[in-house]
Amino acid sequence: MNEPAVISARGLSKHFGNVVAVDQLDLDVAAGKITGFLGPNGSGKSTTIRMLCGLLTPTTGTVDMLGRTIPIDAQAIKPLIGYMTQRFSLYGDLSVIENLNFVARVYSLPRREARARIAEIMERYWLTELTRQRVGTLSGGQRQRVALAAAVLHRPQLLLLDEPTSAVDPSSRRDFWETLFDLAADGTTILVSTHYMDEAERCHRLAILDRGRKVADGTPADLAAALPCRIVELLAPNPELTRESLAHQPIVASITQLGQRLRVLVPLDVADPVGRIRAALADETVGVSLVHPSLEDVFVAATELRDRLAA
Amino acid sequence: MKWASRIGGVLAKELKQLSRDKLTFAMIAGIPIMQLLLFGYAINTDVRYLRAMVVDQAESNASRALVQAVSETQVVDFVATGTSPADIETALRRGDVVLGVLIPADVDRRLARRDRPAAQLLVDGADPTLLGVARQLTAMPAELDGVATTRPADLFETRAYYNPESRSAVNIVPGLLGVILTMTMVMFTAVSIVKENERGNLEFLINTPISNGELMLGKILPYVGVGLVQVTLLVAIGQALFNVPLHGSVVDLYLASLLFIAANLSLGLVISTLVSTQFQAMQGTFFFLLPSILLSGFMFPFDGMPKVAQWIAECLPMTHYLRLVRGIMLRDAALTELGQPAFALVLCLVFGLVLATMRFKKRLD
Repeated sequence: MNEPAVISARGLSKHFGNVVAVDQLDLDVAAGKITGFLGPNGSGKSTTIRMLCGLLTPTTGTVDMLGRTIPIDAQAIKPLIGYMTQRFSLYGDLSVIENLNFVARVYSLPRREARARIAEIMERYWLTELTRQRVGTLSGGQRQRVALAAAVLHRPQLLLLDEPTSAVDPSSRRDFWETLFDLAADGTTILVSTHYMDEAERCHRLAILDRGRKVADGTPADLAAALPCRIVELLAPNPELTRESLAHQPIVASITQLGQRLRVLVPLDVADPVGRIRAALADETVGVSLVHPSLEDVFVAATELRDRLAA
Repeated sequence: MKWASRIGGVLAKELKQLSRDKLTFAMIAGIPIMQLLLFGYAINTDVRYLRAMVVDQAESNASRALVQAVSETQVVDFVATGTSPADIETALRRGDVVLGVLIPADVDRRLARRDRPAAQLLVDGADPTLLGVARQLTAMPAELDGVATTRPADLFETRAYYNPESRSAVNIVPGLLGVILTMTMVMFTAVSIVKENERGNLEFLINTPISNGELMLGKILPYVGVGLVQVTLLVAIGQALFNVPLHGSVVDLYLASLLFIAANLSLGLVISTLVSTQFQAMQGTFFFLLPSILLSGFMFPFDGMPKVAQWIAECLPMTHYLRLVRGIMLRDAALTELGQPAFALVLCLVFGLVLATMRFKKRLD
């Protein structure tokens, strides 16, 4: 990696009793980039983020963050970090401006500077009209803008976002990502966890987590190029039947149905995948073609097929 | 029987949840047991072993026999002796004893003549129960020197201090200060911290530069103000409606109350670190409030309770606060004369703060 690492974690693990939530995770987050954490529910994304900000003590491993060692120096770098929790964590019974004023005081911003900064950020995140509205009465998208405003109010160098868009409609999500790119362009390093493919696709770099382990890591394009499978797409008049006839073929690693289409993952070592699939089908009206892998294919291969492909 | 299956299903679910909610489960058994023990043991109308001081100015055989006779009733326990009535008054004011026996120099003559009471009982009359005990002693048959007599005069003359009209409000209102402050202070803090956690605010707060100590102070300081307002209200209304006196210094009263408020808030913090929902915080408060009401001396005279109950009571901040507030309001005692209960409150405060800070750090782990 060329850019200096803002976060550098080595051998990070977290055990809750017998449950291993995060297992020997190595992670590098580059300065000024958006790094995505992609993984199914329970894969350890939130636990990792919480360890990174010092909320949880790692069972093993070290984290170097902004030049400090976590969790020993966690308190020292808190002013440099912004954190947006998965669950909305501001005060529903306070208004937008009251919440932001509170956050400004918790971060000890000087009063005059705070006033200017709050005004600036309210405008940037389209909150000006909602100034006096109780946060508890806002919509999901509005609430999330308030949460982001609160997280970046003190101009953090590093922004940690834990599934920030889970309660937000698609158009708000798009707007939200625009603001993330603006922040990254201004030099803010961002680590964001998600389980949406379209969001993961927007990240500069991605780390895919599964059951507490990092199973893949790189740019979205690198990950697709390194996929140990080829993707055969079938256009089937009767996809359920076609799916059944392929389900037990040894060359088929996985099948995903998308309406009339089926995406079939075939391991790289299988020669002529299109011919082999066509041969396995009884129905000749099915269209068979080789397509480029999508991030979802990468995700499926990395999480569901890891054991099978390795075997 | 579909309805039976549905009801049964809910019932089974409820029992399962109940068995997993350890606190509620503990309360189901704990509260009745606690009440039973407290009411069974602590609530004892035969008051015994009241701490008493004797001042024997006669030093005669008759006076010694009188002291012996009073002692044998087991109603009083002579824990101190003095030389003058002033000694008794000081000990009463400081709360060291609740009763004094003053035997005058001419006790032999008084006993022989029987036209006047032979000796004096000086009682902390703030608590009407104690006054009743004194009357019991007054009616004691004077079988001194083995001579039973019918007496035209009582053996003792009783002098009730601090509450001569024996009005219960005089005793109850200062006690109520303790009850109200315990209830609101412990509950407010416990609930307010838990609320941050329950609503997810804490996860955000923990990640800001604010420290545990700062957060706790910021959260409890408003309630210190609330507590002082409550004290003012109770004292003012007590005075206006029930004519409850404030004999001591107002500054001492507020200082003592401040100490008690702080101790209660720190205990509220401890409760908040032990529970995870606002409802549990309320339950925890009542677990603490109940013994405070029953054992602190608010409902029953402290000296009348058995030793075990007294030991438990010594661990409750309210017991010490009642000693302070009754001393200051009713007996015109200065805070400096009440060093022991004041120190006990400081101990409670330190204990609570240390425990809360230690536990709070581990929250998210």
